[in-house]
Amino acid sequence: MSAPLDQLIRQHWWAAVATVCRLTGDLQAAEDAVQDACVAALERWPTAGVPDNALGWLIGVARHKAVDRLRREANRGAKEAAAMREISDSGEDTSPRVTDPLGLIFLCCHPALNVSARVALTLRSVCGLSTAEIAAAFLVPEETMAKRLVRAKAKIREARIPFRIPGEAELPERLGAVLRVIYLLFTEGHLASRGEALVRADLCDRAIALARRVASLLPGEPEAAGLLALLLLTDARRAARTDALGDLVLLADQDRGRWDQDMIAEGEAILEAALRHGRPGRYQLHAAIAACHSTAASGESTDWRQIALLYAELIRYEPTPVVEANRAVAVAMAEGPAAGLVILDALAHHPQLRRWAQLYIARAELLRRLGRDGEAADAYRSALELEPAPASRSFISRRLRELEGAD
Amino acid sequence: MKYMLLLNRTADALPAPGTPELDRIIQEYGAAVEAMGRAGVLIDCAPLAARSSTTTVRVREGETIVTDGPSAEIKEQLGGYSIIECADLDEALKWAATIPAARDASVEIRPIVAIPASA
Repeated sequence: MSAPLDQLIRQHWWAAVATVCRLTGDLQAAEDAVQDACVAALERWPTAGVPDNALGWLIGVARHKAVDRLRREANRGAKEAAAMREISDSGEDTSPRVTDPLGLIFLCCHPALNVSARVALTLRSVCGLSTAEIAAAFLVPEETMAKRLVRAKAKIREARIPFRIPGEAELPERLGAVLRVIYLLFTEGHLASRGEALVRADLCDRAIALARRVASLLPGEPEAAGLLALLLLTDARRAARTDALGDLVLLADQDRGRWDQDMIAEGEAILEAALRHGRPGRYQLHAAIAACHSTAASGESTDWRQIALLYAELIRYEPTPVVEANRAVAVAMAEGPAAGLVILDALAHHPQLRRWAQLYIARAELLRRLGRDGEAADAYRSALELEPAPASRSFISRRLRELEGAD
Repeated sequence: MKYMLLLNRTADALPAPGTPELDRIIQEYGAAVEAMGRAGVLIDCAPLAARSSTTTVRVREGETIVTDGPSAEIKEQLGGYSIIECADLDEALKWAATIPAARDASVEIRPIVAIPASA
């Protein structure tokens, strides 16, 4: 299989599935038909050449495949029969109308589906990943992932979750659900809690590509651009986040020469344009925080006061103890570790944070800087007990060795 | 006096169409419903889709919170029902959010299975 062709098909998958889904009213039928069309394209295009309107070709072929499939199905309902008639009647026009692909991602990210189903469906229906690829990315057996997808599609069908772009009143909330799925995809790749390095990088790339498409399809929504800026600014540090052994390198210790300056510049430009709308939100604020880090020449010269203020603002949109913990770290950098520790200690017994290794790591770092080595070591050990990601685990072990060596 | 009969079942979904299990259900329920109809006691009845197709709506501080699945809150109990006909789930969600139970507890939206006229 040729890689450029494969890429070309992947690029058109979303719009093709969206259009056929709109025509048939059935997501599964649309995916199957587009899959068939892609196989046909890979057989035909290497010798016959890629048609000028590759997307139109794929949709045309998929439409016929969908008709064939629906015809073969003995027990189809009246609705599908009507849909089939509509498809058959729409004739042989060479440039079938392409449906706005946004409807498909709003369907896959509908709040009536559970979050893991939304993520899986988006990867399958919007990004065109196979069930096996999605299962591998989330380290679950393929059968488990297949069941999750089947159940989600059954709910879409049975509960009649609509294929449509939400109206103005619903848009902020529904767009929030879409952006959250893209953000989860990215963090799954970025936080490296599971899976192999290559698969994770792939998830980050896919999340960025999705954010890019959504932002370009919704130019009037600054939060969509804010998410894209955030992902670019964060991913720009990818090469510096792990050392040669694959261990996590803290932001302060990263080799800033390895940050991708083109990505940072793009992220900043997108963020600036988004902020000009005058409608801030959580992703724009997260991106602004990431930008503060990206523009600093070193950890020490970072504008921590500004970052602490941005976190304080972020709490309005995201009132979670995690944001407060991050604010504590910024305050510690701006005003000294003691000031940060006061905020962290107030959070220590929050039920949501008790199993969050990052809180113990942050506490340990501040205690270490205050010279309270014994307490710092205890906090690192508490973090280890929560079984953090492998890269974090070796970082903690290294710190513990340093502390024990200093005794 | 009107009564709502809540029909529980052990399996989540109805058996697949064309299976003897479903045929038996259709026949036995059909006979019971027909008798109720003949006696003039029946107002409406229908099977419900699988629990996994349920959506729960809560309204808190004016915000509609939509979650997948039936309510997991054990303090809540069934207190009434409405049957509405809508184009799709989004429309049903809008109506469900207007019911006071959505603010006090929750409203579950469980699709009713349409029985084809020929069955």
